[in-house]
Amino acid sequence: MMLKRLLAVISVLVPFLLISAMIGLCFGPSRYGFGEVLSVFTGGGNSEDIVYSIIRRIRLPRVMMAALIGGALSLGGLVFQALLRNPLAEPYILGISGGSAVGAIIGILMNLSRFPGVCFTAFTGSMAALAAILAISSGRSMLTKDSLLLSGVMLNAFCSAVIMFLISMTQDSRLHNIMFWLMGDLSAPGLREVAILAGLLAGPVVLLFLMSHKMNLLLMGKEMAGTLGVNVKLITLALFVATSYMISATVAFCGLIGFVGLVMPHLLRLVIGPDHRLLAPACLLAGGGYMILCDTLSRTLPKHGEMPVGVVTAIIGAPLFIILLKSARK
Amino acid sequence: MIDIKHLTHHYDQTAVLKDISFNVQAGDFFIIIGPNGSGKTTLMKHIAGIFPIRKGDIEILGRSVAEYRRRSLSKILAFVPQGAPSEFPFTVRETVLMGRSPHMGLLGVEQPRDIEIAENAMDFTGVAHIADRKLDELSGGERQRVFIARAISQEPKIMLLDEPTASLDLAHQIRIMDLMEKFKQDNQVTVVMVSHDINLAAMYGDRLLLLKSGRIVKIGPPKHVITYETMETAYGCTLLVDQSPLGDFPRVTTVPRRYIRQPVRKTEESQT
Repeated sequence: MMLKRLLAVISVLVPFLLISAMIGLCFGPSRYGFGEVLSVFTGGGNSEDIVYSIIRRIRLPRVMMAALIGGALSLGGLVFQALLRNPLAEPYILGISGGSAVGAIIGILMNLSRFPGVCFTAFTGSMAALAAILAISSGRSMLTKDSLLLSGVMLNAFCSAVIMFLISMTQDSRLHNIMFWLMGDLSAPGLREVAILAGLLAGPVVLLFLMSHKMNLLLMGKEMAGTLGVNVKLITLALFVATSYMISATVAFCGLIGFVGLVMPHLLRLVIGPDHRLLAPACLLAGGGYMILCDTLSRTLPKHGEMPVGVVTAIIGAPLFIILLKSARK
Repeated sequence: MIDIKHLTHHYDQTAVLKDISFNVQAGDFFIIIGPNGSGKTTLMKHIAGIFPIRKGDIEILGRSVAEYRRRSLSKILAFVPQGAPSEFPFTVRETVLMGRSPHMGLLGVEQPRDIEIAENAMDFTGVAHIADRKLDELSGGERQRVFIARAISQEPKIMLLDEPTASLDLAHQIRIMDLMEKFKQDNQVTVVMVSHDINLAAMYGDRLLLLKSGRIVKIGPPKHVITYETMETAYGCTLLVDQSPLGDFPRVTTVPRRYIRQPVRKTEESQT
């Protein structure tokens, strides 16, 4: 029963991801037809050809990057919502992404390489943010909706201030792109970066898939999950760390992209229901496709150049967050 | 079956359970009663393995709870909580199937046998016809029967229930209690229940435990535990205790103030 539904989910979302990728490859400052793009991959085209160059060397890595980032962020949002039993939880809104951004910027200022240096400082930052958010919002109110969101707002404000402080204090040329990065930067990755990020994400993604059934049980409350045989402390810790690690890897590579982890899990939950054994793979696939489409918009909407992809995701996501918040209050 | 030895529990300096020792025999319908704040639920959550034991010990089937792995304990012991969060509404079927998780593999993919057991449990508690409804659309009585079906599909040897009849109307209360009695008899399961309803406890319990302020006031068969001396001491109000017209078990009636100090009544009321 569950496997049949999983198969149905995959057979709808894999084509969605592929079509999104195709759209991402076709559109941009110069447009190509589906046929042209396909021939680049199938015909073994001429590597000197400009079309071949643009599609294989520029757009393909970018599309793959977007798919990885979108999938990871959606999955991250899904896990946070399950762990905190709060449909509004999301790494960006809770300031986990902000924490990794502070870490990443410190890494950049220390002249570390993107990998493993900046990834490591970003991870440290996200763990600090996670510890802070849990410390602030726990206690008597035990992760209630409002205290959690308020803590996130405060943490975000603090992280933004620290980021601005660091940027203002340096006249560093390395930081000239940082404003762009702050809203999500998918530009100019190579296939090497894509491969590194994929490698970094593989571990936590597999781990989260394996624990997706435990997430269902956790939604029934910690006590209930415990009496159903879940080692609640261990699983919670593993989920938090794996997710924060995953989020900090995306931040180290592509900066801050918000609300993806809110939009995708929510839409998918409406269609699929609350079963995480289905939602986890669905988030990975649909989140990837969604991010490719958002990135395509960010590349094609401006007449000159492009806008950060975080602008697109926030314009779509923030109003949805407000709608969710209002309906949750009822 | 369950051996509790010198169990003591503090919550912020205040002792909630004070040196509790008793045992529950296999096949008992064991009901814990007592006034609010007497430590009933705390005691129950210690048996369920939810609260770690700091002082004293609880043995289940001759082994200390602390020695069990979560998973093996959950194959022996099922817990029905008072309520469950509904931010992420699962269907009735999905909820009941979760009871199979201690018996399922790492990925939690249910086998035909798991589905069959869950279906039987839903039939037994009378929720099969609403199997595809969502939890948050159900009434309190229906939801309670879903949680009981989940616990049943866990195939436990011991079933723990925390006030399963609280906030249900009379028909639903009796239905839940009848279900548990039948389940216990059909499957030779031990049932431990926390209840605030003394009359239900008297009618269904094989043995009762009366708690007050974290101490055992009395333990034994209903007739033995529910007397006006023990009950008035424990609850601190005037009560009329007589025999139920249904059979050989006590019945407790609360007494409004206007009936107190009227000499025409039977001896029980002269205790004020």
